[in-house]
Amino acid sequence: MTEELIIAGFGGQGVLSMGKILAYSGIMQNQEVSWMPSYGPEMRGGTANVTVIVSDERISSPILTIFDSAIILNQQSMDKFEAGVRPGGTLLYDPNGITRHPKRKDINIYQVEAARLASEMGNTKIFNMVVLGAYLKIKPVVKMENVILGLKKSLPERYHKLIPLNEDAINAGLKNVVAVQELH
Amino acid sequence: MSELKLMKGNEALAEAAIRAGADAYFGYPITPQSEVIEYLMAEKPHERTGMVVLQAESEIAAINMVYGAAGAGKKVMTSSSSPGISLKQEGISYIAGAELPCLYANVVRGGPGLGTIQPSQADYFQSTKGGGHGDYRQIVLAPASVQEMADFVKDGFELAFKYRIPVLILSDGVIGQMMEKVELFDPIPRLTDAEIYEKYPWATTGKKSGTERRIITSLDLDSHKMEEHNHKLQAKYKEITEKEVRYELIDCDDAEYIIVAYGSSARIAQKAVRLARAKGIKVGLFRLITLFPFPSVKMHEMCGKGIKGFLAVEMSSGQMVEDVRLAVNGCSKVAHFGRYGGIVHTPEEVLEALEQKIIGG
Amino acid sequence: MADITLDQIIKPENLVYTKTKLMTDKVLSYCPGCGHGTAHRITMEVIEELGLEEQTIGIAPVGCSVLAYEFMNIDMQQAAHGRAPAVATGIKRVWPDKIVFSYQGDGDLAAIGTNETIHACNRGENIVIIFINNGIYGMTGGQMAPTTLIGMKSSTSPFGRDAQRMGNPLKITELVAQLPGTYFVTRQAVHTPANVRKTKRAIKKAFENQRDGKPGVSFVEIVSNCNSGWKMTPRDANTWMEENMFPFYPLGDIKVDGKLV
Ligand SMILES: Cc1ncc(C[n+]2csc(CCOP(=O)(O)OP(=O)(O)O)c2C)c(N)n1
Ligand code: SF4
Ligand SMILES: [Mg+2]
Repeated sequence: MTEELIIAGFGGQGVLSMGKILAYSGIMQNQEVSWMPSYGPEMRGGTANVTVIVSDERISSPILTIFDSAIILNQQSMDKFEAGVRPGGTLLYDPNGITRHPKRKDINIYQVEAARLASEMGNTKIFNMVVLGAYLKIKPVVKMENVILGLKKSLPERYHKLIPLNEDAINAGLKNVVAVQELH
Repeated sequence: MSELKLMKGNEALAEAAIRAGADAYFGYPITPQSEVIEYLMAEKPHERTGMVVLQAESEIAAINMVYGAAGAGKKVMTSSSSPGISLKQEGISYIAGAELPCLYANVVRGGPGLGTIQPSQADYFQSTKGGGHGDYRQIVLAPASVQEMADFVKDGFELAFKYRIPVLILSDGVIGQMMEKVELFDPIPRLTDAEIYEKYPWATTGKKSGTERRIITSLDLDSHKMEEHNHKLQAKYKEITEKEVRYELIDCDDAEYIIVAYGSSARIAQKAVRLARAKGIKVGLFRLITLFPFPSVKMHEMCGKGIKGFLAVEMSSGQMVEDVRLAVNGCSKVAHFGRYGGIVHTPEEVLEALEQKIIGG
Repeated sequence: MADITLDQIIKPENLVYTKTKLMTDKVLSYCPGCGHGTAHRITMEVIEELGLEEQTIGIAPVGCSVLAYEFMNIDMQQAAHGRAPAVATGIKRVWPDKIVFSYQGDGDLAAIGTNETIHACNRGENIVIIFINNGIYGMTGGQMAPTTLIGMKSSTSPFGRDAQRMGNPLKITELVAQLPGTYFVTRQAVHTPANVRKTKRAIKKAFENQRDGKPGVSFVEIVSNCNSGWKMTPRDANTWMEENMFPFYPLGDIKVDGKLV
């Protein structure tokens, strides 16, 4: 199994940390992982993205131009990365703030209203965990128990009390992902 | 017990410095390697091992702090990225001339000039052919993973002290910024003062009565003596060339074609090899680990065994390819492919170059 | 009531303010609330008001204002990190009738470029130096600068600056004021309209000094904010600056007409 994923959105949406938790979860179940961020001052207030690879084999290139899956969290990223999804691949997005929805006919498309759900749960910071939950429902590349272990590993000790809240957010994502287009 | 962690290459390098028993790190912020000093500052190594970490006022100051500490027998390192490494060159030449051990890392970005902060391998010439002035060499290690960013700190210090030579870890924005799984080696205790006195009879640690005083210098106004000193340096470089070559061969056993690459380019080339093999092309990857010494002997030997062509893949307009040409020395076809200025080539582009420049051309 | 369109509002007769033609139309790359933009604008306004645009050459540093040449609509050179005073010296020495200024951050001017700063000031180069002191390395993501206050947190002083391990904040402006080669040395701010007006007057004086051949460097420090690097909202950053930066870096003239005040 190899999953090659891009997560893209605004800086501050928790894009990088979502990728990190996923990568840590992969390590927890003895897989090879890589996490490669966009970096530099151009990110200031702008877009941020990270490619994550989880695999049973040694990972060659950590840089991707074609993705098995794309998680897209703002319009700029939709414009930039929709075309990069492999035919038959998967695109998950939060429709909040999206004005041009994906048009591809040869990929699976899902939505999760993560921003709305997170604010209904009273904490917009768990937005990225709602998205992660939705992604794991479609692509169960890592087991839920390993995600919790991954969370523990990637969060500093003083935030461990927030793990139950993060779990709730992941579950909210799991339950609320909606298929827009599924290939058969 | 070794520890499994998810870390950025830059963080792994910094953590490895603490674990390798380094006495000091001197640095100056620059993208894409500022995480090295940021990690060290956050880790409080002065509490963990007593290691000194100082943000210098410039790269020039940092390398001269390294010169001082290395001359006094301490295990010391610095790191920077291309423009900062250029500033350090005078100091590195002095370190090479005075035969001091030190480790430094260049997390290369695109140039020339202020350039871009995106990854590049355009500092190959600077790293392997001198960089600073004078007839000197340094050992250059090229990590291709976060794991090697950590491991080469330990190896690099060992080589630096074994040969009293500057050792460079040459990586780039990809290896520095990405996170991978890394198994951290067990901490090595820092040497005690007594051990330093005993192990390094050349280090300036204060003249004890009845002993010769020690001088750290790269100056000799007597040209004959200077030539003698140069002979000694060259003999050392020859020994290193004979003994310290490191490389990795991937899928080379039945290969008709070879891609030569190092660092992040080797990771991309490895995927290109997979794509090519899927198309039935028999290609292997010759991954350089030491750039100096260059594995010329092995490469030449391979071309004698029927390799039809070598494709040098690097993120530069063609620097490493010159060493490949020298090694192959006309006995097989050699071509270059690479994107540059901060652009990382894709595996598909590498495969296309292989088909056009080596197989078809 | 009929709707008023934007076109009507910006009719020539309704215009109450236009930006100086010496600022390009390029959107500033600075974080919202950052002082760099204001400092750029008033510098360019001064050059326009003094009618110096055709003879002025500016030097951009390495730092957040590395792209100053994209915004300042005059001839510009971009210098290596810290070397702007040397680059300015080079230009001024071969074109003594031109107006030459450098625009530099605190890391650029007071860490890696201290040498160039001190020596250009000590030689008494007839140039203007505009120095943006935000107490941090903004560009590279908030590392400690030579001007970072004791106890102030940055990514390389995550537990606060500790004088014993990291040294003390450097008052380079007071230092250069001691040198015989400086003619005018002042410290200002641009976070309120009143301060902007004062700073603009100071910058004007600096350029007039150079134009009139007054001997030596005119050095204008602007204590500024870096809300991104300080990890604060722009408003909080300005309050924090007033409460913490100004007591240590007091505003006002330090040297006028070659004499310490
Ligand atoms: C030789 C060299 N070293 C380091 C850097 C990285 N660098 C770019 S800007 C900067 C610091 C800028 O800080 P400052 O001068 O205070 O400007 P600010 O961004 O705060 O306005 C550094 C260290 C570089 N470009 N060149
Ligand atoms: S990082 Fe700081 S100095 Fe740079 S533009 Fe933003 S607020 Fe201004
Ligand atoms: Mg600054």
